[in-house]
Amino acid sequence: MHVDPEIIRLLAFLVGVIAFAALNAAYLVWLERKEAAHIQRRIGPKEVGPFGLFQPLVDGIKLMTKQLIVPAGVDPVLFKIAPILVMVPAIMSFVTIPFSETLVARNLDLGLLVIFAFASVNVLGLLLGAWGSRNKYAVISAARVVSQNVAYEIPMLVTVVTLVMITGTMNLHNIVMQQQGGFWHWNILNLSASPLMPVAFLIFFVCMLAETNRAPFDMAEAESELVAGAFTEYSGMGFGVFFMGEYANIVIGASVATILFLGGWDCPLGLFPGVHWFLIKMYFLIFTVIWIRWTFPRTTFYGLLNLSWKILIPISFFNLILTSAMLKVF
Amino acid sequence: MISLFSVEGLSGLLFLAFIGVTLAGALIATSARSLIRSVAGLALCFLGVAGLYYYLNSPFVALMQILIYVGAICVTIIFAVMLAESSELKQVTRRNVLVGPLAFLVSGILVFGLAALALKTEWRPASCLVNRGTVEDLGQSLLTTYSMSFELISVVLLVAVVGSLVLARAGRDK
Repeated sequence: MHVDPEIIRLLAFLVGVIAFAALNAAYLVWLERKEAAHIQRRIGPKEVGPFGLFQPLVDGIKLMTKQLIVPAGVDPVLFKIAPILVMVPAIMSFVTIPFSETLVARNLDLGLLVIFAFASVNVLGLLLGAWGSRNKYAVISAARVVSQNVAYEIPMLVTVVTLVMITGTMNLHNIVMQQQGGFWHWNILNLSASPLMPVAFLIFFVCMLAETNRAPFDMAEAESELVAGAFTEYSGMGFGVFFMGEYANIVIGASVATILFLGGWDCPLGLFPGVHWFLIKMYFLIFTVIWIRWTFPRTTFYGLLNLSWKILIPISFFNLILTSAMLKVF
Repeated sequence: MISLFSVEGLSGLLFLAFIGVTLAGALIATSARSLIRSVAGLALCFLGVAGLYYYLNSPFVALMQILIYVGAICVTIIFAVMLAESSELKQVTRRNVLVGPLAFLVSGILVFGLAALALKTEWRPASCLVNRGTVEDLGQSLLTTYSMSFELISVVLLVAVVGSLVLARAGRDK
């Protein structure tokens, strides 16, 4: 029987992508706990393995051996399908992310659009899970998630449209190739295209925090007011899969920011480009995301919406108009 | 005979699977008891349609289908249902004896009409591409060949936005 080598390559990348997502989810929890501990002058996990490095594995086993409780009165189908709906689109997005010049599962012409299309399904998963739980905290959380995501999707997409106008392509590989040769070529410092590029990066980063439901915008969870928000009724691996999805989304957000603004796998000084630079930049952004979570308190819900509608959206539209004017003039 | 483990074989299988997903989603959407499950079925149906678009050489339309229909429209519908529906499942009561047969009649006519239309139209062969379906091509045809429809759709959306604002205002004054 003849098997096409392309199919074997795709299968290998599929397994690799799922492993990468799961590994990241496990060890970002470890990083989060360690970083939080050091910010608060504690030590963090240290008992299991050196520096507590085996803690995620033990946690994973614990979650998997726990009973999956489906409370009476929930919608059983939606309740079970929701964590998968959060996890699967995140893994699908990994398919088109180029980690280096050759390390990409599928280099699609519309790569950027693929990521945003699948990222938008994430909300649907949270919403269905929250509604299926038949829990008032979960429903309040769902209502917040929707208004938050709608509010922050607009400045994020407008910023991305601005960037696509400059690059002229949605192929992530080509976007990185345009930024080769040192940090002064990166889009974040592409001041000749638009003097507001660093601001655009900031808007993108803030929107990424909000879209992935990270503090200070973690209205979906808000444990001080909503118990655990949309995840209130979930136990064991149902909860675990939700969190794997959340962390996978953070990894994707950081990867997209790296590709769009920070030159992907390009070295800041133009030497030895490769996958290591991509990972350094991506993990630095993730480190910052965690850093922000443990430094800033959660905003109020109205503060959150006001920030988007009254500050981020006007600035991103102004940037869009400015960039198109500059593209036309120069 | 195309091998199942070749690229063509697998993509053919996936195309059939997407047709199945579309039909299953449509069935769930129309027959589910709870409204939220109907919307979930609708989302599944949209996803299947997006898959069909993808295999019909229109990846841009497929991704837009997911982004807009699954990511925005379904979420909005669920949001509206969440605010409107009471948590109790309502008993569906049939208002009239004629409703069932009439519905069958109308849908029969509709199916017949669509089938006749599909059979009579002269379809372009699948190998003939109008354009490559890239963003550039789409932008150019939207602003040249189809600029009139583009403008009209914009006007419709503008009217919808203004209309919803007027309705919301009226509700606030009460």
